[in-house]
Amino acid sequence: MFACIHAPGLSPDLSLREFAYSFSPIIEETRRDTVAIDVDGCELLFGSAYELASEVAVRAKQSRAHGGLETAVNVAVAANPDAAIHAATRLQGITFVSTGEELTCLGEFPVDHLDYSLVNIEKKVAGEILETLKLWGIRTFADLASLPAAGVSERLGQEGLKLQQLAAGKTERQLRVKQPEPVFANSIELEHALSELEPLSFIFARLLHQLCAALDAYALATNELSIVMQLVDQTTHERKLSLPHPMRDHKVFLKLLLLDTEMHPPQTAVRAISMACEPVKPRVLQNGLFVPLAPAPDKLELTLARLAKLVGEENIGSPVLLDTHRPDAFSVKRFTLTELKRRKEKNAKCEMRDSNLTLGFRMFRPPLRAIVEANQGWPTQVSAWSKQRSVYGKVVNVAGPWRTTGDWWRDDRWARDEWDVTIESGSKQSLYRIYRELNSKNWFVEGNYD
Amino acid sequence: MKAALSKAELQSNIASRFGDAFKIQQKPVVETLSTGVDEIDALTGGLPRGALSELSGPASSGRTSLMFSMLAHATTHEETCALVDTSDAFAPTAAAAAGIDFDRLLWVRCAGNLEHAFKATDLLLHAGGFGLVILDLGDVPGKDARRIISSWWYRFRRTVEDRPTVITVISEEACTRSCAALTLELKGAAEWSRASEPASQSNVLPMRKQVPVNQPSVTHGNLLHFNSIQVNRQRPISPWVNESQFRAHA
Repeated sequence: MFACIHAPGLSPDLSLREFAYSFSPIIEETRRDTVAIDVDGCELLFGSAYELASEVAVRAKQSRAHGGLETAVNVAVAANPDAAIHAATRLQGITFVSTGEELTCLGEFPVDHLDYSLVNIEKKVAGEILETLKLWGIRTFADLASLPAAGVSERLGQEGLKLQQLAAGKTERQLRVKQPEPVFANSIELEHALSELEPLSFIFARLLHQLCAALDAYALATNELSIVMQLVDQTTHERKLSLPHPMRDHKVFLKLLLLDTEMHPPQTAVRAISMACEPVKPRVLQNGLFVPLAPAPDKLELTLARLAKLVGEENIGSPVLLDTHRPDAFSVKRFTLTELKRRKEKNAKCEMRDSNLTLGFRMFRPPLRAIVEANQGWPTQVSAWSKQRSVYGKVVNVAGPWRTTGDWWRDDRWARDEWDVTIESGSKQSLYRIYRELNSKNWFVEGNYD
Repeated sequence: MKAALSKAELQSNIASRFGDAFKIQQKPVVETLSTGVDEIDALTGGLPRGALSELSGPASSGRTSLMFSMLAHATTHEETCALVDTSDAFAPTAAAAAGIDFDRLLWVRCAGNLEHAFKATDLLLHAGGFGLVILDLGDVPGKDARRIISSWWYRFRRTVEDRPTVITVISEEACTRSCAALTLELKGAAEWSRASEPASQSNVLPMRKQVPVNQPSVTHGNLLHFNSIQVNRQRPISPWVNESQFRAHA
């Protein structure tokens, strides 16, 4: 059963919706002065539907201090929300419309008073249909309801049929319940400031659990988590966790957050924590049957976070070549698994690559400073050493020099002559690339061919 | 007769309770990952999955060439790969020339810290899903490599045992001992093209300029042509062929 409350004399500073929430949580706010409520299940609290309607009328008259509206309201109870709305807006006091007898109550209402917005018909279309009905001599709801449905459908289309069902009180629909805007943020203020990670982890776990529960309720996930910690010295410590794929597993978030906090701890004790996340649609992925396995996204993120803690964030990732001829120019980007489609395109390109095995090269970072003996410009003897490695011996084969220069307009320009050499040390022969900086005239060993 | 009957009876009783007690256990077929070098694949069948492999050899023996080939083959076949670079020796420019797809490669630089390298490898193996994990100890001196405690190798072997991951260790001297399912020893010999012979058949001009030097002979025709790499299988030893050879072109 549905009840409709219509308050024509409602004060502008009062909310009929708030008043209706005291009877049922399932409410449709049709207009500011009209609400429809689902009263099924309210029997234990208010008795029968008629008793509930009486209670509504009595409470509405009460003062606002007692939760009333300080005005008389019309209340109609019907098996159909649209019939209840029509009855409440047209009839004074309390109206009870029995199931199947809607036309007894609504039949005499003029068709001009049909609320076509309830069945989502545009004003222009509804106006044309009502004009046609007037020409046909249809004046009341009962007249319209008595027309044959097939004829109405044939002449007025689906909109005409909807209006006929509305007039007969036979429409079938659910209440359009207005959901409050979901909030994916949470905060807590601590009684005592915390400076250690272990007690903080319990607070993090609680907040993350609530956030993930909210995401779960709306079937959403997140790929960005913001944490703001208010510190005792009136400053804030802000962190942002960005994930390559949306997730909503609070355990994974907690581990990532703890690792991040270990790497970037707040300066002083924490007295309040706020968390917020950006809700996005969860990742839907169907793996191919013949595609090799890849690390699970959540495990990969945890592994990357642990590796970052171990060796430093700047030391993990995928290498990216820079668009320059500068020797050993590269950057490191965050490692993420690429999508299948892109991979296929890339593989097609790689298949076309030359199948010859390329000679490998091992860089010495930083390059080894070397002492080179030269005969008429040709290196003949090389000796270089550092804590980790040493290179010394007679040069038995040499190619070069190859001059590379670049970025002459910048402070960090380079200009050097490179040589490929075979250095014999004892019985061993190894291939190295050595170079001479043209500005400083110093020799270096850049690496070895392997 | 009675004893023989009772033995058969005993066997049938045990077999009924412990079904596979008298069944000959067959070794599962070992899946392999190609190295990208036909000669080595022909010799070894590829790198065994779920096992530890080792490539050892001195500097310029072709370890890095083979490593690039393995990574290029694995990454272009959609395997996710990880390289634990102990000495920060990975050269992205040379690797790109070898055909490695960097989008499928996780590079972990350990700046010479051996302990970090082993912990990073352990984390990667436990994460699962990687097709190829390479621990590069190529610049770690032999005396330090020999001091690595065996439990690390046993731990790695045990971790990948039931996974389709290939873990490969690159070192100067063989150090994984009995934990490696495949050990290859490499030796390299550089071949130089002399001034009289053409260095390359390509018509493309090199980026590097030729610098005139006051020398009676021209040095620019004297190029590093290729590295001839000899592979010797140390483990498992085959009664037939244990050696192979291939070239890495400069």
